[in-house]
Amino acid sequence: MSIEAQRISKTFGAFRALQDVSLTVEAGELVALLGPSGSGKTTLLRIIAGLEQADPGSGPIKFHNQDVAHRDVGSRQVGFVFQHYALFRHMSVFENVAFGLRVRPRARRPTKEQIREKVTKLLKLVQLDVQAHRYPHQLSGGQRQRVALARALAIEPKVLLLDEPFGALDARVRQELRQWLRRLHDEIHLTSVFVTHDQDEAMELADRVLVMNEGRVEQIGTPDEVFHNPKTEFVMNFLGQVNQFHGRVEGGKIHFATLSLDAPHPSLSPPQLVRVFVRPHDLEIETKRNGHAAFPAVIKRVHSAGPNVRIELQTDSGEPLQAEMPQDRFRALAIGVQSQVFVSPRTVKVFDRGQNVFVHGEGI
Amino acid sequence: MFAFGGLTMPAAAGSLVSTATHGHAEVRVTEPLWLRGLLIGLALVFLALFLLVPLLLVFSAALENGVKAYFASLVSPDALHAIYLTGLAAAVSVPMGTLFGLAAAWSIAKFHFVGKNLLITLIDLPFSISPVIAGLLFVILFSPTHGYFGPWLAGHGIRVIFAIPGIIIATMFVTFPFVARELIPLFESQGTEEEQAARVLEASGWQIFWRITLPNAKWGLLYGVILCNARAMGEFGAVSVVTARVSGVTNTMPLEVATLYNDSGCYAAAFALASLLAMLGLVTLVAKTFVEWHVASQLTQAQKR
Repeated sequence: MSIEAQRISKTFGAFRALQDVSLTVEAGELVALLGPSGSGKTTLLRIIAGLEQADPGSGPIKFHNQDVAHRDVGSRQVGFVFQHYALFRHMSVFENVAFGLRVRPRARRPTKEQIREKVTKLLKLVQLDVQAHRYPHQLSGGQRQRVALARALAIEPKVLLLDEPFGALDARVRQELRQWLRRLHDEIHLTSVFVTHDQDEAMELADRVLVMNEGRVEQIGTPDEVFHNPKTEFVMNFLGQVNQFHGRVEGGKIHFATLSLDAPHPSLSPPQLVRVFVRPHDLEIETKRNGHAAFPAVIKRVHSAGPNVRIELQTDSGEPLQAEMPQDRFRALAIGVQSQVFVSPRTVKVFDRGQNVFVHGEGI
Repeated sequence: MFAFGGLTMPAAAGSLVSTATHGHAEVRVTEPLWLRGLLIGLALVFLALFLLVPLLLVFSAALENGVKAYFASLVSPDALHAIYLTGLAAAVSVPMGTLFGLAAAWSIAKFHFVGKNLLITLIDLPFSISPVIAGLLFVILFSPTHGYFGPWLAGHGIRVIFAIPGIIIATMFVTFPFVARELIPLFESQGTEEEQAARVLEASGWQIFWRITLPNAKWGLLYGVILCNARAMGEFGAVSVVTARVSGVTNTMPLEVATLYNDSGCYAAAFALASLLAMLGLVTLVAKTFVEWHVASQLTQAQKR
């Protein structure tokens, strides 16, 4: 079932949590709402669920082309997983999952046998059938998370909404659950939206990512699109490390650091100040000038614990830089702290007044 | 040799330091034995003198004329009527206080509304003013001769003051904060996430209340009810003002004890009735301790989440 939310605004007192946000989720899709805290992502999720009401004047919220904006939360048939799980603390795991079935009006309520069957099946699905008679406080964080998920799935929801589903877990459990949730989604194909502030999580899990900032949508796209073609400076900054330069457009060229690159973009009429971004892995480091457009820098620190070597450098004008390269490349270069090197950007992204106007290099 | 010495030195220093800190910590938290003994002894002597001895005296005075006389005085018509009135006052005011407490705590802790702070302040009113004043307040309202509503009510054949309704109203007034006061912090610490989760699962308001909110609050509620009941049965001041303290007519147990002791001089009978109240107190204490333990674990569970 598809989800469509149009022109959603929400204010809490004087605080504008959401400003004219629209979102479409195709049936069976898994979409991430990604943004820093206070960006409005949870509010949007809660409005879709019906736990909050959008401001008057907002557009419709449609599930499968039916407007549900004025329907009560209970009748929207959403599965909602709360950030802190909100498990019923006085009920066993089994009873937690069975709750949504037991509270149905008599006419729609399954029989005891059907409930037992269904709950057992769900607990198997989330790999908690052994813990059925435990209570929430006897479970680990990851187990609680899976109970919350099973409870949400028990009512056979049309859509699944998850608020920071891995926020309260430690790194390793997080990683495991992430992959498990993706497999689960591929199995049951339930239209799902989840909120996260962790870009890795969004990138790894989601079919599409909606990047939010200060109550607005910055960009919607596949993880690939938003990472490689960020539309705004915010997205560029939020999705991973960047090196930032002040650049100047003059004579059909962009000048930054000591480099000049061709800038055949029509909107860049000189003289104009722009910002130039380069990701650390897009900075090529060499020990000699190789004819590329390169500028000199000195290595200040090297972090080699990890799949890639991270290198902190300083340009001649004193600006800090970050670069990243594979271990074998680093060893082949035979460089270290205080080495004098030459840095050349493979791909640069140019932003004018916060908007991406121009990509130079391999990434085009 | 040198390397060996160099290696062992830090370890030795480390163990020295750790013993020192350990010893230091022990000194800081523990008083000398004689002082501990003295303080604990003082507390025990105080407890014995002011609580245990009087309690024993109540029972010994009650049994002064023998077991037979003890039971005879308890089943005298006036005593039975007093027990009945106390039971009646508690039977009405405890459920009322419980209902009010649940409603007030639920609305205060789970919702935002205008006048919330005023409501919280008002709940504390019976705690903050003397019960005698509370009693007087009802006399001013309901006195058949000079009260605001009294003459009108008397005209319709309803007596409040110097009658059973007055006892019940006065008791309700002094007892209604207990349950609310107990439940507000519990509800607040538990938050509303579980209720929201139930709402998403299509539970109705009643289902949420009966299946989520109430079970989560049951020990706190029971604790409030126990305190409320103890106060309802033991209330003297407010009830004394709104009744004329007539044995066999408007005297509750505490009033009857005072009447027997002060006016009739039936000391043994007064103490017999007082012993019943004392036993109620002991039962309350045991129940309270038991429930308190559960409340504490409910609260810590709520905070852990």
